[in-house]
Amino acid sequence: MNNTHINPTINDSFLKRNRIGKINRVKDKLFQAVGIIATFFGLVILAYFVIDIFIDGIARINWSFLTSLPSRFADKAGILPAWTGTVWILGMTAIISIPLGVSAGIYFEEYADRNRLNNLLEVNIANLAGVPSIIYGLLGLEVFGRLFNLGGSLMAGAFTLALLILPIIIVATREAVKAVPNTLREASYGLGATKWQTISRQVLPASSGGILTGTILALSRAVGETAPLIVIGALAYVPFVPQSPMDEFTVLPMQIFNWTSRPQADFLVNAAAAIIVLLVITFLMNGIAIYFRNKWQKKLI
Amino acid sequence: MSKKLSEKIIEGGLKASALLTVLTTIGILWVLTSESIGFFRHVSVWEFISGTKWTPLFESKHFGILPLLSGTFLTTFIAIIFALPFGIAISVYLSEYAQPSFRRTIKPLLELLAAVPTVVYGYFALMTVTPALKTIIPSLQGFNSLSAGIVMGIMIIPLISSLSEDAMQAVPKALREASFGMGATRFQTAFKVVVPAAFSGIVVSVILAISRAIGETMIVAIAAGQQPNLTFDPTVAIETITTYIVQVSLGDVPHGSIEYQTIFAAGITLFIFTFILNTVSYWLKKRFREAYE
Repeated sequence: MNNTHINPTINDSFLKRNRIGKINRVKDKLFQAVGIIATFFGLVILAYFVIDIFIDGIARINWSFLTSLPSRFADKAGILPAWTGTVWILGMTAIISIPLGVSAGIYFEEYADRNRLNNLLEVNIANLAGVPSIIYGLLGLEVFGRLFNLGGSLMAGAFTLALLILPIIIVATREAVKAVPNTLREASYGLGATKWQTISRQVLPASSGGILTGTILALSRAVGETAPLIVIGALAYVPFVPQSPMDEFTVLPMQIFNWTSRPQADFLVNAAAAIIVLLVITFLMNGIAIYFRNKWQKKLI
Repeated sequence: MSKKLSEKIIEGGLKASALLTVLTTIGILWVLTSESIGFFRHVSVWEFISGTKWTPLFESKHFGILPLLSGTFLTTFIAIIFALPFGIAISVYLSEYAQPSFRRTIKPLLELLAAVPTVVYGYFALMTVTPALKTIIPSLQGFNSLSAGIVMGIMIIPLISSLSEDAMQAVPKALREASFGMGATRFQTAFKVVVPAAFSGIVVSVILAISRAIGETMIVAIAAGQQPNLTFDPTVAIETITTYIVQVSLGDVPHGSIEYQTIFAAGITLFIFTFILNTVSYWLKKRFREAYE
């Protein structure tokens, strides 16, 4: 510092460097602001949108809206077939997809050797996870709808959605099982347990939180799906509550889509009200999933 | 002995579930090709990939996929252009600036953006975004690719930010410390050290986002229109491949007819694009994972 006034060239470069340093610090602070704004941008939009929908639709939600059949008259129409259909689809999809997905996940993590077949299976699952949902609809239409003769029934819809979310459940199961420390397995083997005893009594209970989280998120995705169900031929107008897995059906997203594509403003209000119900279900499921994840992560540490 | 047998049976059952995923892939390929073969008996492949008119549901039928492709890529392009700056800024901020506690709270909230059902986003695009954009662009049509693309962009922000942030977190701390030791700021370290080191991971996130946008259905079906226009004008109604499949599915098209087969020809086109993108991202991901192990 002391010699800066003696040599003018040193003085110059020092000042210059100092200025660059200052600019860099300003850039640093500036980006911090940009980062915060970007992070909150999406959330603010989401909040704005949710509030907007609530203003549009909350007045329409009452007991008769939840317990009425659809109608040509917007003020008489309700979502009874839609939400019961959603509950049916949710339950049936869970029954089909959870055992299959968890089994496959356990196989990959606990049994599969590193060989070409298993590598191929892994690439395949990564690819299936990226196949657009509407393609699963085409698969469901031809295989479940026509080949198995299930038509546009709940059964066809549930099988289609189960295949759609299977890769998500498999990946979640694998990650949860992978996170179980090896010492647990070794202790179990040391006590003379077989492989399956070790898995079913030690590994699965220890990883259940992670599996549960992934499964709930996958099912929440299935609840929000519309496109594959349109393609398999689920009906837009269903004036009855489905009674058995072979019945035809509609679900909340399909009812919303149907009301959104009508020109009358009254039906748009109905769509907004149905969206509130769908969002409550979706956010509830996501909230439960996050709760389990946090609880499980704490236990693991 | 019986214990050993039951162990074997269980392993066999688990393996069968794993193999079921292969059956799904075979099913998809079989369904798409077998119905498309019927289609390509009537329409030459060349006409399909080079024709500029798509009117299978009209009296005078044309089977050129280009208008559906242009619609699909236009909405995808808008979505990515919109989502990319946000996604990158968020991931750099969360990875390099934010406190871990802030990151832990904000990530699940951001992921909610991707959890909202797409039919809900469609309503949002049609009822809120299009009217708002109309005040800026008066010539905007009621159905257009601009608002559908922007809303799709909002949906895929967490897809880009989450995977990019994971890639940045995987960059070894020593690289950052070396950079800080040289007197670099966080900003310089982030963009000259961390982002280049995590580049392939960021590319993976963007490719997956593109693949997701190409296959997205309900937002475009509700807000972008059902008019196969060969155009890159974002203010007019278009039709994407996915919307076309929905449009035909909603109608009453008899099985075996050429109209019925068109949705599989459109479907296989969609599948090819997403398959290529997913495969590229898978191999890139494998490679960058190995780089730091």
